[in-house]
Amino acid sequence: MTIALKVNGKSQQVDADPSTPLLYVLRNDLGLHGPKFGCGLGQCVACTVHVNGRATFSCILPIAAVGDREVTTTEGLLENGKPNKVQQAFIDEEAAQCGYCISGMVMRAQALLKMKPHPTEEEIRNHMRPNLCRCGTHAAILRAVRRAATA
Amino acid sequence: MRLRPILLGILAAIVLVILAGFAWTWRSALPPMSPGQKPVADAQTVRQGAELASIGNCADCHTKAGGAQYSGGRAVPTPFGTIYSSNLTPDPGTGIGKWSEAAFSRAMHDGVDREGNQLYPAFPYDHFTKATEKDTHALYAFLMSRPAVSSTIPANDLKFPFNFRPIVAGWKVLFLSHADLKPDASKSADWNRGRYLVEGLGHCGSCHTPRNVLGAEKKNSAYAGGVSEGWNAPPLNASLIAAHKWNVDQLAEYLSTGWHKLHGAAAGPMADVAKNLSQASKEDVHAMAVYIASLSDGARPTAPSPDKPAAGSPEIAAIYTGACAKCHNDRNDVGPSKAVSLSLSTAVRQAESANTVRVILHGIQSYRGGGGPYMPAFDGILTDKQIASLAEYVRARYTNQPQWADVNNEIAKARQEGAKP
Repeated sequence: MTIALKVNGKSQQVDADPSTPLLYVLRNDLGLHGPKFGCGLGQCVACTVHVNGRATFSCILPIAAVGDREVTTTEGLLENGKPNKVQQAFIDEEAAQCGYCISGMVMRAQALLKMKPHPTEEEIRNHMRPNLCRCGTHAAILRAVRRAATA
Repeated sequence: MRLRPILLGILAAIVLVILAGFAWTWRSALPPMSPGQKPVADAQTVRQGAELASIGNCADCHTKAGGAQYSGGRAVPTPFGTIYSSNLTPDPGTGIGKWSEAAFSRAMHDGVDREGNQLYPAFPYDHFTKATEKDTHALYAFLMSRPAVSSTIPANDLKFPFNFRPIVAGWKVLFLSHADLKPDASKSADWNRGRYLVEGLGHCGSCHTPRNVLGAEKKNSAYAGGVSEGWNAPPLNASLIAAHKWNVDQLAEYLSTGWHKLHGAAAGPMADVAKNLSQASKEDVHAMAVYIASLSDGARPTAPSPDKPAAGSPEIAAIYTGACAKCHNDRNDVGPSKAVSLSLSTAVRQAESANTVRVILHGIQSYRGGGGPYMPAFDGILTDKQIASLAEYVRARYTNQPQWADVNNEIAKARQEGAKP
């Protein structure tokens, strides 16, 4: 079945079962490998994308439910092919170790800073809490979010 | 006009009830405890007090989001307005640091604070009055052993005339019974212990018994199901809604873990209850299960109805498959989220959609170690329209009950609740 999606500003037609999670379509059909498959149950948050600007788990969002809402992945945050402010802050703070969670972290941080350009430390921690990182670069990730907030 | 004498009569009766209430419930201020008088208690009493506080679910109402435990300030919504819970830490200025044990015991049994003010029955002293002096002693010892936290509580936001505290005196004349629970020799010791905890500190009826217009529990409909913060507290009596009859062991497991494979997960306010009961003594939770199971003697649960996958449009069936069925897979394989088949769900079987709508919107935050139950909040992942269709789809697919008519209304209500501070 052909389903229309709007991803990173472009209209796309994908041929897939309507129950397919958005994540699979992004990665397998559209070649966008930023969002990661972690748990597939909406628990680890590695699959986070923006849907109409809001951080959303793409692993439990069937494409039938996306409708005309706009999807943005970490690739869509690039500005003229270069990392945007949040992405650059993660690079500058060397926030990635294995990197698996980082796309989800960036998307979640971006959503926070859009809502609240100057969050408090508590707001940053509360907002980022659901995102799991197993390497343990939490401190660097928090520094990156703070850096992006003040940049 | 014949109406006037009747109205005057009613008015006179109300005034009389309040006056009688004053006479009957008036209590003078008790002397403050001086700073040097901190009570001493042995570690075992303090530990018992901590377990009893878990059974009483005290921390749930008396802690606000992000606040120190027991430091109060949580907004408790009531049909009469918002009440802010008090600070139960031993801070002399804003907590109970100046309260003697006599003052604490009086609050628990009579609903009066140290200064002699009437307390609103959102503090469930209609139940706590059943607690023994030994248990209030342990609770007091526990609370006074906690670190003092200065936390000034906002003023209540109640509608007239409920903002006039002395009116509570009239309420007590009508609805507060100090009668002790007489042990029932025909029942087991566990049952008697369970009844004492459920009717007393556990105050299960506060949510699971319907209330009258004055906010008192309807004693002749005990455990027929009530409401709590927008959620339905299902019946615990013979009208219970379940795919399987709850037995004692199932109840004990559910109460102390928040989950049972044949019944599903505690959500909403019950999740906090289960989280607290996990800290209570296993024997006491088992006794509570014995008593609660006895409330539904004679209940005939309706077994799961045959699954009807074609119950909705292909679009909503696809959304169900992609968003829900990976966890709720109907294969007895509950996975790390501990998601049971929705054919077992009480929320889906209830006459109102309140709990189904709220659990889809808000999810279930993981509240215990060792994994699950957990459900992601679909607020924002799915649109309100999709959530409404999904709720109706699971109702049609997994029950033989008539379709809900209140789904959109409940979604709007749940969103309003979420918007509160």
